[in-house]
Amino acid sequence: MNEKEVIGKLSGLGNKVLKDIKSVKDPDIQLPVRALSNIYFDEKSKLIKLGDKTSHRSYMNIAHTRKFMQTLLVAAECKKIIDQNVSTSIRDLYYAVKHTIPGTKENTFEEQSESDPIIEDIEATLNTLREQLHLQADRKGYIAGSLVINDTGDEIDCGKMGSSGWAIPSNAEPDVIKFKKCDAEYVLMVEKDAVWQRLNQDKFWQKQNCLIITGKGQPARGTRRIVNRLHKELNLPIYVLTDADPWGYYIYSVLKQGSINLSFLSDRIGTPKAKFIGLTTMDVEKFGIPKNVTIRLTEGDKKRTVEMLNYVWFKPKEWQDELKNMMKVGYKLELEALSAKGIKYISEKYLPEKINNKEFLP
Amino acid sequence: MTEESVVNEKSAEHMAKDHREISISQFFEKNRHLLGYDNKIKALLTIIKEGVDNALDATEEARILPDIYIKIEEIDKETYRIVIRDNGPGIIRAQISKIFGKLLYGSKFHRLRQSRGQQGIGISGAVLYAQLTTGESTKILTSTGKGKTHKIEMKIDVKTNEPKILKDEVIDGKEWKGTQITIVVEGIYREHKQSVIEYLKQTAISNPFANITFDSPNGRVEFKRAVDHLPKEPKEIKPHLYGIEVGIMTRMLQETKGRSILGFLTTEFSRVGKKSAEDICKKAGIDDKISPKKIEHSQIVEMVKAIKEVKLSRPPTDCLSPLTQELVEAGLSKELNPEFVTSISRPPTVYRGWPFQIEVGIAYGGSIKEASVMRLANRVPLLYQSGDCAISKAVAGVDWKRYGLSGDKIPDAPVTIFVHMSSVWVPFTSESKEAIASYTTIIKEIKLALQDCARKLSIYLSGIRKAERIAEKRRIYEKYAHETAVALNELTGDEKEKIEKAILKIVEEKWGEIEQELIEENDKETGVEKEGENK
Repeated sequence: MNEKEVIGKLSGLGNKVLKDIKSVKDPDIQLPVRALSNIYFDEKSKLIKLGDKTSHRSYMNIAHTRKFMQTLLVAAECKKIIDQNVSTSIRDLYYAVKHTIPGTKENTFEEQSESDPIIEDIEATLNTLREQLHLQADRKGYIAGSLVINDTGDEIDCGKMGSSGWAIPSNAEPDVIKFKKCDAEYVLMVEKDAVWQRLNQDKFWQKQNCLIITGKGQPARGTRRIVNRLHKELNLPIYVLTDADPWGYYIYSVLKQGSINLSFLSDRIGTPKAKFIGLTTMDVEKFGIPKNVTIRLTEGDKKRTVEMLNYVWFKPKEWQDELKNMMKVGYKLELEALSAKGIKYISEKYLPEKINNKEFLP
Repeated sequence: MTEESVVNEKSAEHMAKDHREISISQFFEKNRHLLGYDNKIKALLTIIKEGVDNALDATEEARILPDIYIKIEEIDKETYRIVIRDNGPGIIRAQISKIFGKLLYGSKFHRLRQSRGQQGIGISGAVLYAQLTTGESTKILTSTGKGKTHKIEMKIDVKTNEPKILKDEVIDGKEWKGTQITIVVEGIYREHKQSVIEYLKQTAISNPFANITFDSPNGRVEFKRAVDHLPKEPKEIKPHLYGIEVGIMTRMLQETKGRSILGFLTTEFSRVGKKSAEDICKKAGIDDKISPKKIEHSQIVEMVKAIKEVKLSRPPTDCLSPLTQELVEAGLSKELNPEFVTSISRPPTVYRGWPFQIEVGIAYGGSIKEASVMRLANRVPLLYQSGDCAISKAVAGVDWKRYGLSGDKIPDAPVTIFVHMSSVWVPFTSESKEAIASYTTIIKEIKLALQDCARKLSIYLSGIRKAERIAEKRRIYEKYAHETAVALNELTGDEKEKIEKAILKIVEEKWGEIEQELIEENDKETGVEKEGENK
């Protein structure tokens, strides 16, 4: 989709609303419903997909009026940015649209948490990516390994990025990032930056001939997009390493089949073939991890685990076993727990053994 | 020791010489605080009060719409000349010196009918106070409207309690009706909460049929008449047995013309039939044919006891002259210019055999800036001793929070709470008539009336809040129109102002329907308040 088309879509939204206004009709904007009630798990693609329920955001609905105005303000700002052929961060956009409403003490937007979801609304309703709206988020993910890429004309060797790795940009679409050369055999996606640094220091990616990526917690869209493309374009297997707790498992599930909120992007940022390498509570027995480094489950953890037992994507037997085991033993583990067995235990013993034995959770 | 005691001992005969009978005037001289002359500020107020009360009583009794003129003029340091003039019926010559010159003289003490003054100590007290503080005599002009004006100058002989006439003239030719009194007294004029001006303002509220003009040392203040009819005329009644104590009974027995106890009971009191009278005598063990004059003290005590055991009908209530809701609201409206006013006139009831009636008005907002309570008895404002008063206690006893008003003993809101007690006998806590005694029945009646008004006020206020909430919603639609238009201008290129106008037109068009929905929703949420849930 080129810029003209994006601008056309934005103007189309404006013209539709204007037409309502001119015919003295309550103006409304149709939006796909981005909620649990309107998503489904597509068995064929194994992705969370957006259903076709739409909601109306209308001016004369008192609960919508403010959001209605905000939606148009964000759309107008995007058009302005594209017109000027610049791109901007979502934080910049927030400041660009934030001002005091004349005659009141109220701002058009009070916090960035108000403008961010509006951007997603516009993406979903116009079927346009944030990047196509010339918006970008903060960089969050890092990659290291034998991969050469072209980033807007610059050639970058991810094997020569020293101790910090290459920072994955917000926009990781093929027109910006192109894969040039890859000798790696698989991708290890790590939840935690500290563990990623351990592996980078130990030259794990060199020894194992892989790419190591961290999302620093829940990976940003750019990072998920890179993982998706590495699998799709280079056929690399994706292995995911997180803490053994409900939050870690949730990070895995989002990377694998997408999220409710961004379900309209699942095709691009979900990687259904990703596999879970660890950590699991079952590993405690298998690897003889001392019990004193386990952490007791909180009530919140327990509640979350019970919920996850019911999710379609956690229905495979292996996951049911793991979740039930977690409930049974009543504890969780952090990746750092493996250090109890020695600082290089994770890179020299735990990961190689799991990969060689193909010991994954689906 | 013994020698000393002999020297100091006084014989009974010697002491009796000291026990001179003192006149009421002498009593006043020594106990002026009991009558409202505690200090120079209060003295001015008391004089105005006595004069205006008399003027209002005189005009009202003659069924004349009152026009009252008051002037306070400083003629020397802390010395004031006070003039009070009414358009009443005037006073005939034979009565003049008695009314103004003899304490405890008056028609009001011996009859049971609602009036402002009660003990007859009032205006003559002012005459006495004048001569005690400045030595000046009191000047009276009065005419019954036949072209003759009496001009009298007088003092009171404090030893004999008799008037002393200094000048007595008749002026011919001037056609007018009414009375004017001029008094020169020591005093201090102030305009604070318990002042002449506040008293006149409250008087104007509780007597909205009166025109009151006040030339104060700081300029003229006018309280204009708001209604041109008087409250209904109160009827005189005989006392009711339930309110009679031994002392009064003794006096009445001596004064009666009845020849038997039976006759005495049935003719001197209201609502006593032959059967009830017989019952009382039987229970007291008295022969009902005996002469009232021959009855002994112990028998009187028995009789008063027996009365309590006999069921008597309530006294008639036509002796009361309530203000009515119309006058309460007219009075509050004209002087306070409130945003909202409500009132209630409770049905008459009885405490200890005395009929009384409570009326309450609540005025809210407008020129009222803070909460205050106006206490009135027989249309006379009570300014002092609010802490001891049944009205204050009843106000403090209302749970104002229940009616959506914050505040503990008194609502924390711009309200004036007006409480009026009408009775043939208002039970004041002291001679200066400043607080109503706390009889349970009286407090209960006041509380019921207050709750009724508070409920009506709370309905009004919740209506306002509802209207405000709804108006707030409309403002939401309007305030986002401009921003929406700016955005649409960017997206479509259409003119901002035109888009904004078009949006506001939609708001205008759809508002009626939305407003109706909001009102219905609101009613459902709050539940419409029910009337008549007195507790």
